[in-house]
Amino acid sequence: MESTIYLRLQWKIISLTLLVTFTPLLLLGLIIYRQFAGMYTEQIREQIHYRAETQAEALDLFLKERTAILGTIADTHSFQTMITEENLARKLAVMNLRAGAFVDLGVIDHTGQQLAYIGPYELAGKNYYDQAWFGEVMSKGLYISDVYMGFRQAPHFIIAVRRHENQRSWILRATIDPDIFSRIVQAAHIGRTGDAYLLNAEGTLQSRPRFGGNILEHARLDISLFGRHTMTFEQEGSDGRKLLLAGTWLKSKNWLLVISRDVENEMAQLFATRNMQIAITVAGILAIVVTTVLTTRQMVRQLKQADTRVKEMDAQLVQTDKLAALGKMAAGVAHEINNPLAVILQKTGWIQDLLDEEELQKSANIDEMRTSIKKIEEHVERARKVVHSMLGYARRMEPRLEDVDVNLTVNQTVNILENYARNNNIDIQTDLSPDLPIIAGDPAKLQQVVLNLVNNAIDAIGNDGSISIKSMADHSEIQIVVTDSGPGMPESVQKKVFDPFFTTKSAGQGTGLGLWISYSIIEKMGGTLTVQSKEGQGAAFTITLPIVPPMKK
Amino acid sequence: MQQPNILVVDDEGDFLETLMNRLKKRNIATAGCASGEEALRLVKETPFDVVVLDIKMPGGMDGIQTLREIKKIRRETEVILLTGHASLETSMEGMQLGAYDYLLKPIKLEDLLEKLAQALERRGTAAHQSQSEEIRNLLRKT
Repeated sequence: MESTIYLRLQWKIISLTLLVTFTPLLLLGLIIYRQFAGMYTEQIREQIHYRAETQAEALDLFLKERTAILGTIADTHSFQTMITEENLARKLAVMNLRAGAFVDLGVIDHTGQQLAYIGPYELAGKNYYDQAWFGEVMSKGLYISDVYMGFRQAPHFIIAVRRHENQRSWILRATIDPDIFSRIVQAAHIGRTGDAYLLNAEGTLQSRPRFGGNILEHARLDISLFGRHTMTFEQEGSDGRKLLLAGTWLKSKNWLLVISRDVENEMAQLFATRNMQIAITVAGILAIVVTTVLTTRQMVRQLKQADTRVKEMDAQLVQTDKLAALGKMAAGVAHEINNPLAVILQKTGWIQDLLDEEELQKSANIDEMRTSIKKIEEHVERARKVVHSMLGYARRMEPRLEDVDVNLTVNQTVNILENYARNNNIDIQTDLSPDLPIIAGDPAKLQQVVLNLVNNAIDAIGNDGSISIKSMADHSEIQIVVTDSGPGMPESVQKKVFDPFFTTKSAGQGTGLGLWISYSIIEKMGGTLTVQSKEGQGAAFTITLPIVPPMKK
Repeated sequence: MQQPNILVVDDEGDFLETLMNRLKKRNIATAGCASGEEALRLVKETPFDVVVLDIKMPGGMDGIQTLREIKKIRRETEVILLTGHASLETSMEGMQLGAYDYLLKPIKLEDLLEKLAQALERRGTAAHQSQSEEIRNLLRKT
């Protein structure tokens, strides 16, 4: 019952402490993580957004530069000059020197006939009149094609410019190296798993992506999602991975530059941070739980001990009160009895005085009277002794101050009772501290107390058991503990053991005064006598004596 | 009869009367009274050698107060305290106030006489010595 209260208190403190510790800890952890994750994601989005914008500009610049150089050559050279292969080759060399990435160069007249061609393919003399781009360039003057296969049967795109000369138009057409271009586009990627590629208005790949897919394949991307301005959003990739995408339409060609990042991969650092945070939180929680449980248990244990001490002190206080009240009452009784006894004694003395007179000496009953008086005196003396010994107040009853060797006293007591104990198959063990100081006290009285305690222990055990007597000392006190393996006693009995006339022995076996007298003796020596016991677990009586140094002789 | 030089103070009339009768029978000149106030009046009139004083006297002055006053009037007067019950504190206080000794009731006349003889002896004069010797002789006879 009592331990349930402490247990409940313990769990109440633990749960309350954990609640008020965990709530802010978890809340704070969650908030910090969310803030951090938000900032991190935002940063990644911004990075990819910015990259898409700047790289689109770079690609625009690439195309513009090549368009410009092609246009300049067309504008500054006549048709006649350009159709000689020698000149054309020189121009291609100059173009590659100035800008690079040109694969070939061709001159086409207004009928679509390629009149001159410099490049790795056998395209001289081809007629492009039916090709879509031919119509475009003839009408618009400048044309950048999507990537297509064409006569060469290899993916490429062209830049073509038209020149008007002497009422006729002719076209200067160059092919851009798809590998170089793909590499330039790819350079826009971010991170190990990032990618960058171009799509045309139909969603066909115009450059080779770093991962998966090839030029002219259709990309699994809904390009209608991208508006005029750079846009960033998340999408699930072909293999189920989450991708962060940013897309920007080029200005010089309706191509969409797409930059993608693998979210999970990019977030790896964030996840590592999160895992670290979780680990630290878990470790913290564990530490808090362990500390809280241990501290609380320690606290409750100390509380329990303090409560026990208070209870013991209460019991002692009650005991002291009872003894004081009893003492007061006994003193009154003694006075009330001793006064009439004094009168009786004087009266009998007076009768005796009178009997000594001559005439009464002759009385036949004189001897009878004298015997009666003697008897009265004897009984007065008996009554006086009863009162005096009950109170124990006469000066000779006060403890005398002599040198007390506690261990010697204990050993002497054990010697007295050893045979008696052995006959009952009870083992008396002593564990006496060898360095007890000699104190001032009354060795006979102390022996009376120890004798009483050991005797009680033997009675409590009955047969078969053990008694241990320990002595120890600290700087201010000597303790003698008599522990028995007897049946112990409930709390209700413990409260009363030091009461006068209280006994658990059967009638005629004990007066119930032994422990009361022991208690009084130890109290007079300035010490205390206490009992600790649990039902079924024996009992321990502890004598605590102050270390009073013996008088110097 | 000579001038009484012993005073017995006790509020218990039977006790006082009987004790005085027995002392007189032994030719010990004794005066008696039943209260502290009465005792002080007598002490002022007569230079008693020894006062036998009961401690617990209900109403009026108790023995300890009376002792204190007697010692103020005549320091050399020896006081033997007599009581039915003396606590350690009371007896210690009495001794500190200069009482010669204290005795517990009930007391045998012989014990009281012995104490009286000792007290007289302590007064020291030849007269006291001889009276002390007389009391001792009385004791030897019984």
